[in-house]
Amino acid sequence: MSHAGPTPFVRRLAVVLALPVALVATWWFASAGSQSFYFPPLQTILQTFLKLWFSPQAVEKVAPSLARFSIGYLAAALLGIAIGVPVGASRNLRNVLEPVLEFLRAIPPPVLVPMLILFTGVGDEMKTLVIVFGCIWPVLLNTVAGVRALDDVLAEVVRSYRIGAFARWWHFVLPGASPQIFAGLRQSLSIGIILMVVSEMFAASNGIGFALVQYQRTFAIPEMWAGIILLGVIGIVLSLIFRAIEARILGWYYGLRRSQRAN
Amino acid sequence: MDRAITPMLEVRRLHKVYEDASRTVEAIRDISFSVGQGEMVCIVGPSGAGKTTLLKCIAGLLAPSSGGVILEGQPVAGPPPAMAVVFQEYGRSLFPWMTVRDNVALPLKQKKMTAARREELVRNALAAVDLAGVNGAYPWQLSGGMQQRVAIARAVAYEPHVLLMDEPFAAVDAQTRADLEDLIRVLWHRLRVTVLFVTHDIDESVYLGQRVLVMSHAPAVVMEDVAIDLPDDRTQLETRSMARFGELRKHIYSKIQLAKQGWRPPSE
Repeated sequence: MSHAGPTPFVRRLAVVLALPVALVATWWFASAGSQSFYFPPLQTILQTFLKLWFSPQAVEKVAPSLARFSIGYLAAALLGIAIGVPVGASRNLRNVLEPVLEFLRAIPPPVLVPMLILFTGVGDEMKTLVIVFGCIWPVLLNTVAGVRALDDVLAEVVRSYRIGAFARWWHFVLPGASPQIFAGLRQSLSIGIILMVVSEMFAASNGIGFALVQYQRTFAIPEMWAGIILLGVIGIVLSLIFRAIEARILGWYYGLRRSQRAN
Repeated sequence: MDRAITPMLEVRRLHKVYEDASRTVEAIRDISFSVGQGEMVCIVGPSGAGKTTLLKCIAGLLAPSSGGVILEGQPVAGPPPAMAVVFQEYGRSLFPWMTVRDNVALPLKQKKMTAARREELVRNALAAVDLAGVNGAYPWQLSGGMQQRVAIARAVAYEPHVLLMDEPFAAVDAQTRADLEDLIRVLWHRLRVTVLFVTHDIDESVYLGQRVLVMSHAPAVVMEDVAIDLPDDRTQLETRSMARFGELRKHIYSKIQLAKQGWRPPSE
């Protein structure tokens, strides 16, 4: 019976792609022959997309954005984990830092842009710092929560076998908190992409956000649409990379959860 | 066979009070006993008697309020290298992100030894608990009984002089439990390790131990130190159906009933 029907993979693929295909098709046919200046036919947008983003100049526009995003995101991840682990492990440190952290977290990162321009200019530092500032909080707060929730039986195992400080962090604290840390990293990923674009809209000489503003100001409408689509594609690709890494590192966690549900 | 020659472990006038801002709870009133080298001693008591508190004090995981623990002549101030603990909650005492063999190997990486020696210890320990085939599996892929075997293998590989077990079989089914009891007897014979086994199960304490310490209700004291004069070669079927087994069981059971009714030693 099953060999006659579609394989599970094909069926899943069909489910995943059904709505996107329908939406694109709707857009395509609804906008075909459109005379509106602001809503050009999807065909025009896609032609512009290919011309614009599959060219040598595209690298000049996209690479600076992605470089700032990568550096900012990774720095935020490292800092968030490095600060979050000791804060999660120490109640005293938490009591001292919590009000300050809550305040800093409440500041919307884009409002830092004018201040950062004053101190660091309009260059890469400013944009990278905005990304760091926005991305660090979900990682930091989730790391704190993850370290606080470490299993106390395992903590006693670690103590009773006299496991040293380094091995304790590396083999117990970090892996034990890793499901929560990854939840924070996932939130930060979308925040980072938003800030990558927003920081370039204020003051920049390159990058995707800068290009988008330029297209809008010069009424290059198909180009503007093509830029928005590119950002969507970048978001999807980054989240796919993230999921692949997460599946590798948290494989044990999903297996554990499945086995708990089965019982 | 005479195992109790040298005292391996001594508990001296151990007293433990839990204190926090709102209240104080006296868990252990005054406990003293000693365990000879190579002995198998069971501690049995009603639930809530402070058995786990006592074991954690002995393991160096909790500081006693007064009195102390002497291991091989040295006072215990923190977890000693010559001790290994098997915890009750097998589901929470193994690292779920490590394979079975990495779980067993991790404590050994803290000890100075060659990689080849470590490999050998891990392999032998897993073979000793009949788990040679599951090296690469994760703990959560195994049954509860197998997970507790991994925890036992980890303790065995550590080459402790004293093995502390805190109700290790309380959470597994009866059949698995009987198998694990026999496994402990076999390992104890083979390794000549000193075993201190905490349980709330009277039958288990009589079946496993050479001596059974009966604890009172909290705040805990030792009500009686019962010598288990059953033959050393024990089997689930024969030992448990012996008349003497029944007598010892009945004796300890009546003591536990007294403990539940709040009996206190006459000296208090």
